[in-house]
Amino acid sequence: MGELKLMKGNEAIAEAAIRAGADAYFGYPITPQSEVMEYLAAQQPHKRTGMVLLQAESEIAAINMVYGAASTGKKTMTSSSSPGISLKMEGISYLAGAELPALIVNVVRGGPGLGTIQPSQSDYFQATKGGGHGDYRLLVLAPASVQEMSDFVKLGFELAFKYRNPVMILSDGIIGQMMEKVELFDPIPRKTEINEPWALTGKSSDRKKRVVTSLDLDPYGNEKHNHELQRKYKEMEENEVRFEEIDCSDAEYLMVAYGSSARICQKAIKLARLKGIKVGLLRPITLFPFPTKQLYSYTNRIKGILSVELNTGQMIEDIRLAVNGKLPVEHFGRCGGVVHSPEEVLAAFEKIIMK
Amino acid sequence: MNEEIIIAGFGGQGVLSMGKILAYSGIMQNLEVSWMPSYGPEMRGGTANVTVILSDDRISSPILNTFDSGIILNQQSLDKFECKIKPGGLLLYDTNGITRHPSRTDLQIFQIEAASEAARIDNQKVFNMIVLGAYLKLKDFLELKYVVQGLEKSLPKRYHHLIDSNAEALKTGMELVKPYKN
Repeated sequence: MGELKLMKGNEAIAEAAIRAGADAYFGYPITPQSEVMEYLAAQQPHKRTGMVLLQAESEIAAINMVYGAASTGKKTMTSSSSPGISLKMEGISYLAGAELPALIVNVVRGGPGLGTIQPSQSDYFQATKGGGHGDYRLLVLAPASVQEMSDFVKLGFELAFKYRNPVMILSDGIIGQMMEKVELFDPIPRKTEINEPWALTGKSSDRKKRVVTSLDLDPYGNEKHNHELQRKYKEMEENEVRFEEIDCSDAEYLMVAYGSSARICQKAIKLARLKGIKVGLLRPITLFPFPTKQLYSYTNRIKGILSVELNTGQMIEDIRLAVNGKLPVEHFGRCGGVVHSPEEVLAAFEKIIMK
Repeated sequence: MNEEIIIAGFGGQGVLSMGKILAYSGIMQNLEVSWMPSYGPEMRGGTANVTVILSDDRISSPILNTFDSGIILNQQSLDKFECKIKPGGLLLYDTNGITRHPSRTDLQIFQIEAASEAARIDNQKVFNMIVLGAYLKLKDFLELKYVVQGLEKSLPKRYHHLIDSNAEALKTGMELVKPYKN
């Protein structure tokens, strides 16, 4: 068993980055994720593993530093919260276009605009449907505990390199700020040798030139590149779908929720079961790829689905696509930084779904 | 065992650190724990609160609307959280600065005069440990030795010379707690 610690979600992200053998973190502070860089600074990662920690002059500078470091085959990451992630979106689209691995953490707060500093899940569309320009996808992981904040940093880097694609951890102010028990994984040494056949490591006379770019002025070349990206996303949909089911085997109804909202729903379904209502919880762990097939498999055995999100209804669109009109799917969620309680979720479920 | 606690008071009273020590004590005793603070603008205005859950089982929601126990350290928090404690639950509060005392009759209500005791022994810093001691006296699922271990885990090494005085304050709290009848 690894080392047990009581940590904030944000601190777990930071500690996991050092342990995962990250080469660099570039960031800019913003509530509610400032503890990521604060913890890293206190740890002096350069002394621990040689990892670079740099507070950039802005979010835009930070994401471009990620682009630069990633193009040399290094394990790099950045983190921010909603308004900061919007600023990074141009760079994220470039990373996807240039097929560079990187880890991006969004500890979501209420929007739009500067919004509020309280927790929200209103960046679902931005994370899963592009966000930046162009036909691209991020692989999106949604942690629901401090443990997963740590585990998904390691997993996120693995997936980013496996697919040469940016991976996003979509968290929020609740998971970032709360403390829980976390079992830390054993440190992985930083890679000293870069073997990626695409990485810019300095051309020697006996090696072919390598180019990292998202620009192709030949539209036919760019179309081919787009098809290649789509093939990758298909592969993710086939191999990387992750979800958790709680009390689903005898369920007559489902709640579908991810991240902090899934935790609140876990309590709501417990309260429901005390009243004799058979409701289960399906928690998507990957938001892209989405557990579409799994949701469809419920269409002939349950009566309805409540999508519970800390927003005004975003993931509900993916659930509706998944069940393809065969089940009623409704939404409940507080928004703008207000968090629903388990009792509130249950009351909404009874009113909206059971009628 | 599943205990859902709200700790609330002024920022600077040690509300968050008391919760952290409680959570660490739970870990020492192999319990599942969660610690969810209020964060943001409301802190600057003066009040701070934290929800701590200790459980034998995996913890579901870290955000709660009702609590098994409330540890309340100022009037604003008493006004806000008295109604959120489950019937039959525990309300422990410090009387310092309280003008409107609890009015519910379906709770087990206890007082701890931690602020005045901390002033009497001229050590404000152990105020929250006196309160925590009172809570431990009323709830016996945590053993004192694990709480002291929790203190050791929670305090940075440079403060470890203060562990004895904090452990002493826990015992003081256990002695001073008294029931309140309204």
